Amino acid sequence: MKRTTEQKLGFAFLFLCISVTLAFLFAIICFIAAKGLRVISWEFLTRPPCNAMTAGGVAPAIVGTLYLSLIAIAFALPLGIACAIYLCEYSPKGFVVNIIRMSINNLAGVPSVVFGLFGLAVFVKFFKFGVSMLAGGLSLGLLALPVIISAAQEALLAVPHSTREASLALGATQWQTIKRIVLPAALPGILTGVILSIGRVAGETAPILFTAAAFYLKGYPKSVFSEVMALPYHIYALMTEGVHPERQTEIAYGCSLILLFLVLLVSFAAILIRQRQRSRQHV
Amino acid sequence: MVNFKERVYKWLFTILAFSSLVFLAGIIIVLLSESLPIFSKVSVFKFLFGKSWYPTYEPAEFGILPLILASLWVSAGAMAVCVPLGVGSALYLNEIASYRQKAVLKPLIEVLASVPSIVYGFFGMVILAPFLQGFFHIPIGLCALSASLILGIMATPTVCSIADDALSYVPNSFREASFAVGADRWQTLTRVVIPAAGSGISTAVILGMSRAIGETMTVLMVAGGAAVIPGSFFDPVRPMTAAIAAEMGEAPVGGDHYHALFAIALALFAVTFIFNIIAEMISRRFRIKLGLSG
Amino acid sequence: MSEKFKMKAEKVNFFYGKQRALKNIDLGIYPNMVTAIIGPSGCGKSTFIRLLNRMNELIPGTVLTGKIILDGQDIFSSCVDSVVIRRRVGMVFQKPNPFPKTIFENIAYGLEVNGIKDRQFIEERVTESLKKAALWEEAKDRLHESALKLSGGQQQRLCIARCLAVEPEVLLFDEPCASLDPISTGKIEELIMGLKKDYTIVIVTHNMQQAARVSDYTAFFLLGDMVEFDKTQAIFTAPKDKKTEAYITGRFG
Repeated sequence: MKRTTEQKLGFAFLFLCISVTLAFLFAIICFIAAKGLRVISWEFLTRPPCNAMTAGGVAPAIVGTLYLSLIAIAFALPLGIACAIYLCEYSPKGFVVNIIRMSINNLAGVPSVVFGLFGLAVFVKFFKFGVSMLAGGLSLGLLALPVIISAAQEALLAVPHSTREASLALGATQWQTIKRIVLPAALPGILTGVILSIGRVAGETAPILFTAAAFYLKGYPKSVFSEVMALPYHIYALMTEGVHPERQTEIAYGCSLILLFLVLLVSFAAILIRQRQRSRQHV
Repeated sequence: MVNFKERVYKWLFTILAFSSLVFLAGIIIVLLSESLPIFSKVSVFKFLFGKSWYPTYEPAEFGILPLILASLWVSAGAMAVCVPLGVGSALYLNEIASYRQKAVLKPLIEVLASVPSIVYGFFGMVILAPFLQGFFHIPIGLCALSASLILGIMATPTVCSIADDALSYVPNSFREASFAVGADRWQTLTRVVIPAAGSGISTAVILGMSRAIGETMTVLMVAGGAAVIPGSFFDPVRPMTAAIAAEMGEAPVGGDHYHALFAIALALFAVTFIFNIIAEMISRRFRIKLGLSG
Repeated sequence: MSEKFKMKAEKVNFFYGKQRALKNIDLGIYPNMVTAIIGPSGCGKSTFIRLLNRMNELIPGTVLTGKIILDGQDIFSSCVDSVVIRRRVGMVFQKPNPFPKTIFENIAYGLEVNGIKDRQFIEERVTESLKKAALWEEAKDRLHESALKLSGGQQQRLCIARCLAVEPEVLLFDEPCASLDPISTGKIEELIMGLKKDYTIVIVTHNMQQAARVSDYTAFFLLGDMVEFDKTQAIFTAPKDKKTEAYITGRFG
């Protein structure tokens, strides 16, 4: 008797854990959605702000976020894939490889604000890019690098070894095998990684705080060397600067909703691709 | 001719792979070089254990103990939330959820793990803090408690994911052996599966803690911002990350404040670096213990 | 160097790290014949056959002493490119491993990586190979569909066609029917016997009856040693070594 009660209580507790977790998360999303929807309009999405940030829209912030993400991915993608190829195809074991793996793991755990400081010291000051889209994008790229390497590695490892053997047995070289067989087969997995890192990068604030972002900008960025507005920073600035707290809070809800929507959409897409690819492999 | 091209490619990829090591080293070098100047003004000991953080006063004081304690306080509070919730959820997913339930819940939690920290911070600031302020009748809702709660919820999906992966690595043969001697599911869970996955779950906890300590925007917006040693959970505090983010904008480049902030970042980096190495070592031993390839 | 052998193993020892997998193997492969290698699990037959096209190099930490000779030349000598060897000595694996591409692309692949770009030539060669592998009738209307949609037996024949497309001289079969049903197995055995007039064939099999049906010469391996090598008929009716006799009468393995 006591045993089954213990089990029932135990399982009830676990059920409670996951229910509470999901409840909290959904609550946050619903609150933001409810209040944010009131502010969303076509104007909000497509026009720049006016009236000292209290009216108009947040289009430059949306555009800025997209630009920053693009630069980050342009930097991290080729480097990340190359790294993954090295780890999986050219040198699977050994001391050197372990060091590289450790570096990647540690890079993944670096706090985002440290990337911001690194970007400040290196891209803004040392390379003299100034506070710019380029500096911010590169800092974000560093943040995204471990994510892409991880996803690319997983994708490459999922290609069965027998497929590589078949290629080599036909007289193909290692690079031909990688280029023509392994990479094309790993593409969906790599794509998943790219999409996930876009979502990650779009939502990050700390790396762009001192390297790219600005609050009171008149319009859209003119070049990679100009400052940008970005959704996450805009939310922060709306809540901590400016002189119209009520109106600004409403706008911040709207921005949060847009950002949330973008990020969740992107994550959802990545997971869908991953599910579809996994089920196709089991055919 | 063909051999030459192949070797070129191999070297190209080798060099590119080293980039991650280069970047990590670069971060360390930058942090060190930009923070070293402050230690000519104040000793390392006084920096780490000094109780007064007044970087903009005349004369300025650079003791970061309040900041360190604030980080630890908030992180500990966050762990108190995310460890039971995260591990409990993972246990549910692994042992109780049906195949179909898990197929929906696991991706759902992964998607929820990608909610940006600024959104959590914003929610904490406009909804949670006022709520707690009213509920507990405290002067201000932006305090360590709010920060801990929000941070805890934020870290829960991450802890859940990693713990779930650790639990799924436990071979089914362990469970089957337990059932075969007459144990029920709860006993198997608590006496066989959880101990076997113990290192993996510890890794999840340590990584969760590392994330909590390194989190910036959430604590910046919710923790209150007072650089004083916390006395209770209802005190507003300023963790290390918040200090850097809030003050870097105003610190003149090359000045003492600037270097001091880099020094805080160095301390922060060191802490998360150590946590990650510990987690890595535990996770490697875990895989060896279970008989999986390292 | 006598040319009566297409390939020859001379005093071959092979080590996985410290563990010796092959002990002093001396074995000659006759041209345009089917040579079978039989023996219980772990006797080294797969290890040996993978030496013949230098696939063993892909495993780190292995050491080879002795020579493997193809047409009088040591294939492991430093002036020989493994890529060239693998074109001349093709391999079909235990589990069919078509590329996740179309049937056409699978076969064309070998030609493309060897620098052949002439589209018409490739098309002709693809057709030829499919016919030689007895897959043309079943595949001719599905050339541009995914190869993964074929059945197991068809996939294996596709792998054979893929091999044939690069015009090898020697074909290595590593337990090619191990994962196939009896009917597909029969088709592939027929195919192998037909191919020997144009190619030299080495087949590893743990199915003794298959070896007896298909091969002209048989080598019996046991624990890394080559115990006996003779005409197939001799091995199966009058084996010289007691261990060979014990194996083929089913007393172990």
